Amino acid sequence: MGPDLDIRLRRLDRRRFLIGAAGVATANLIAPAAVAQEKVKLVLWSWLPDFQLQVDMFRRAHPNIEVELVNAGQGTPQYANLRAGLRAGSGLPDVVNMEFQFISSFRQTDAFLDIGQWANMHKDKFTADSWQQVSEGDAVYAMPWDSGPMAMIYREDILQKHGIAVPKTWAEFADAAVRLHAADANVYLTNATFSDGGWTNALLWQAGWRPVRRNGTELTIRINDSVAKNFAAYWQALLDKGAVEARGITTEWFTGLDQGRYASWLGAGWGPVFLAGVAKNSSGKWRAADLPQWSEDEFVTSNWGGSTLAVMKTTQHPAEAAELATWLTTDPEATKLYTTKQFLFPTLTEILESEAFARHRSEFYGNQAVNEVFVKSSKAVDLDFEWSPFQEFFYQSMSDELGASLGGKGTLGDAFDRIQASVAAYAEEQGFTVLH
Amino acid sequence: MRSPVEPKSAGAWRSQIPTGKALVPYLLLAPFGCLFAVFIVAPLVYAFYISLFRDTLVGGRQFAGAANYLRVMSDDKFWAGLGNLFLFGIVQVPVMLGLATLLALVLDRGQLYGEALFRLGLFLPYAVPGVIAALIWGYVYGPVFGPFAQLAEAIDVPAPELLSREAMLFSIANIVTWEFLGYYMIIFYAALKAIPPHLLEAALLDGASRWQFVRYIQLPLLRPMILLAIVFSINGTLQLFNEPYLMRVHAPTVIDSSYTPNLYAYSLTTANQQYNYAAAISFVLGAVIACASYLFILVSGRRRRR
Repeated sequence: MGPDLDIRLRRLDRRRFLIGAAGVATANLIAPAAVAQEKVKLVLWSWLPDFQLQVDMFRRAHPNIEVELVNAGQGTPQYANLRAGLRAGSGLPDVVNMEFQFISSFRQTDAFLDIGQWANMHKDKFTADSWQQVSEGDAVYAMPWDSGPMAMIYREDILQKHGIAVPKTWAEFADAAVRLHAADANVYLTNATFSDGGWTNALLWQAGWRPVRRNGTELTIRINDSVAKNFAAYWQALLDKGAVEARGITTEWFTGLDQGRYASWLGAGWGPVFLAGVAKNSSGKWRAADLPQWSEDEFVTSNWGGSTLAVMKTTQHPAEAAELATWLTTDPEATKLYTTKQFLFPTLTEILESEAFARHRSEFYGNQAVNEVFVKSSKAVDLDFEWSPFQEFFYQSMSDELGASLGGKGTLGDAFDRIQASVAAYAEEQGFTVLH
Repeated sequence: MRSPVEPKSAGAWRSQIPTGKALVPYLLLAPFGCLFAVFIVAPLVYAFYISLFRDTLVGGRQFAGAANYLRVMSDDKFWAGLGNLFLFGIVQVPVMLGLATLLALVLDRGQLYGEALFRLGLFLPYAVPGVIAALIWGYVYGPVFGPFAQLAEAIDVPAPELLSREAMLFSIANIVTWEFLGYYMIIFYAALKAIPPHLLEAALLDGASRWQFVRYIQLPLLRPMILLAIVFSINGTLQLFNEPYLMRVHAPTVIDSSYTPNLYAYSLTTANQQYNYAAAISFVLGAVIACASYLFILVSGRRRRR
């Protein structure tokens, strides 16, 4: 992802601002039996704003565990620091903020401790898709923290003005895109942000794309399969007609959303709060609806983003570190605060299904309970998706090649052929046996 | 009789080992020497060492010999990035240094109202942090909501695509010029100020025109400084990283991970985990920079002798 404007990270900045004056109200907790008998010090890396709130709650509940919270960079820079620490074998945290999509990349270098013995008792509290992404049988490599199920956020006023119904299928979406741009040359149904690997990946995931299958050191790589080719042809047709733009995730795009240049955003569960922060002028005009479907008879969604807490294998205090990771992601009081203070989209079923979360209404969305839409989506995430063991490279290759195609180097379909070639070559070079 | 060479033996040896006062320069240089050794020499040695190996996700570390270097030779991404920089430098460096010379001459003439303001204003961009500069230019170049785009819309002409594939090198060149013009101008201005005033008096007494004074006295005396600035610029250009890295935020579909060789080396270490290959890339880039600088000095030196 490199220097991409990582909107998940911007969102967090935004949130820090939104949280603003909100007081620090924490529940009084009765300390459960602490793990450590003597004082133990743990280092926790995370870029979540105001995380100290929950960390302090943990410390009150665990007098013998001292926790130093460090912001080692937001996303990509933190991973770079972590990689440097892994290479040097020092300077590593005990527990680290890790996005779902990079777990297998860091597991490839054996970075995480299997915390199954402490974590498995919590398995049933989490959504199936989030647990599936952190575990392998009884082995658990991270605790799910927040998630990003996909849906569509759109401008009700713009669609209504031009008499366009909310698209339920991708065919309807294409039709709506063409009609909308024909009705008003300054308006596009969407900005297709192909330069963002996570976004592109989420839409392909929904379409049934399974680019990587892993079996030990054997990798089956099918990036340019028929799913990808159909997906590419679909968007290429819209681009050729000029019905959508493909400008990337930039500040111009935020302005475009706010000013009505783009009438929808195919976004994730953390999107509603993020959008409310960047598009203030259009408050009240936005609504959320299901992600358009490829087939009318089924309902399938996918994820974009979402984080976990993982315990580093190098920790000197595995039990305490595991307690930190599991407590921060399962304690009822602490986890409830993530949804009200930091606005994380929960992975705990109880919170997802609670009235307070699902029925929360916001003026920005014309008092629609938008979380409901994303909760519905979170239950329809296709579980059968696997991340590559070198996801940073994978995303970079997608961004490079799709960007090149948008700039005139062949079609989007050609880009997938080039990504296939570059990822397969990289995997072979890295010592994997590559099957096609 | 002693031969004239002989006295150099024992006595000469002793005089080469600095003692007393002669030691002072070494002491004064020691802090620099230590930092240089720790932060420049040691990393270089380490980088060269790892460039001889190959770490892979499966299989671990193997000795690779010159394999990484051979691979750079046939790496299209590296050479394409270098090609970008060649196009960039051949336009940007002459324009920037030409303007800097002109502005320094104008300032030096001392007939400008608010001279200090001009000097400061032109130098100011050099002090603006890169991240802020990227925000400013990202807005200015914005294809939909930027000032040029808005102006174009107001007078009903198509908006200029300043962040497009075709325009990007020029847009970056413009930023780099904006950043460094004032810097070089100040250097040239200082050099002009160092020209003794009696030369001007003598020239005027001899009936030289202002232009002749510039052409035959100021520019020749400025020449070593301009040559130095060109060598600096060749170095800076070939190591271009900040501006494309930051503009990538505004044009992620145009600037890819290997847009310049340094950006490529950065991507190789962060996304690819190919530290060994990135080290080899860096050394080849270093060699290219050394060759380019040497070639330039050679050519300019030869011209001077003629």
